[in-house]
Amino acid sequence: MGKIIINIEQCKGCKLCVIFCPKQLIKLSEKLNPAGYHPAEFIDNGQCNSCGLCYQMCPDVAIEVWKGEKR
Amino acid sequence: MKKIFSRPESLTAKRNIYCSGCGHGIVHRLIAEVIDELGIREKTIGVAPVGCAVFAYDYWNFDVTEAAHGRPPAVATGIKRVLPDRVVFTYQGDGDLAAIGTAETVHAANRGENITIIFVNNGVYGMTGGQMAPTTLIAQKTTTTPLGRDPKIAGYPIKISEALGQLEGSVYIERVTVNSPKNTIKAKRAIKKAFQNQIQNKGFSLVEVLSMCPIAWGVNPVEALKWIEQKMIPVFPLGVIKDKDLTAKGNL
Ligand SMILES: Cc1ncc(C[n+]2csc(CCOP(=O)(O)OP(=O)(O)O)c2C)c(N)n1
Ligand code: SF4
Ligand code: SF4
Ligand code: SF4
Ligand SMILES: [Mg+2]
Repeated sequence: MGKIIINIEQCKGCKLCVIFCPKQLIKLSEKLNPAGYHPAEFIDNGQCNSCGLCYQMCPDVAIEVWKGEKR
Repeated sequence: MKKIFSRPESLTAKRNIYCSGCGHGIVHRLIAEVIDELGIREKTIGVAPVGCAVFAYDYWNFDVTEAAHGRPPAVATGIKRVLPDRVVFTYQGDGDLAAIGTAETVHAANRGENITIIFVNNGVYGMTGGQMAPTTLIAQKTTTTPLGRDPKIAGYPIKISEALGQLEGSVYIERVTVNSPKNTIKAKRAIKKAFQNQIQNKGFSLVEVLSMCPIAWGVNPVEALKWIEQKMIPVFPLGVIKDKDLTAKGNL
């Protein structure tokens, strides 16, 4: 099990992470960030496999990917 | 939990000024990761272009100088010849490298300078408002080709990488893109090789990256990925254009 942390100040709401997440765990927030973008939001339901595809596509390097210890 | 992907050390914490979905941010990150992985942050000198990436020195956490529009290969030549133990690379747009800087590009390649060039081809002059570049596709609408590029008056999309491959002095030239995670990972491999070649004194290496400019193309960031797939790649095919390592082994 993994998780991502999104830097909402740096995110520009491009959705590239949204479309490539194989588990559909990212959506755009209803809220606006200081720059006026709807930032990405992580849906933390325990399904994230830390694949990093969201990180690979983020033009703003606004995503951190974490991986849980093996159980 | 363990952090497995995060901002590389060779990127600063600064927020970039690129448009939403711009490919420049991805290419900056790939270069930063390669520099971290090769452990050369303390001895790398980047040469930033004129173009949207003009502030690249704010985003990279290593020495970066600025060159006049199109002149990075000449500046990099000077730096590398004076400081041959440094790793010197240029970062250039298609307007910078294939329009105003064509002479500098061609002669640096022909001299076989031991430098690395990362060439970001987005088919337009992004910074100045999306004018036609030599790389603009036939029929592509830009602010200076409002009816679409007409080859009768504006010529053809220039395949400068293929042209540079014809020169004896060039060692490694590959075209990649960053329009999907898979392609982005491949792009990083090519960029790494282009830096390793320099470290191993092999000579002139260039990686052309087809990169999204959703703003000038008049599409959204997700559509820009498809634009690369459907419109750019057929004209600018991906893959190794020249690799003296392979020709020496008879594989290319
Ligand atoms: C000598 C000179 N001529 C023209 C310009 C205007 N100018 C600034 S950026 C640019 C084109 C940039 O296009 P490109 O290199 O493709 O970079 P992009 O912005 O698309 O990344 C031009 C023509 C300039 N700054 N200096
Ligand atoms: S790491 Fe993979 S699974 Fe987790 S949010 Fe990112 S793309 Fe989705
Ligand atoms: S890819 Fe990055 S900038 Fe784009 S929406 Fe996702 S987190 Fe935000
Ligand atoms: S104009 Fe194009 S190249 Fe320049 S920052 Fe915007 S999307 Fe990127
Ligand atoms: Mg350009």
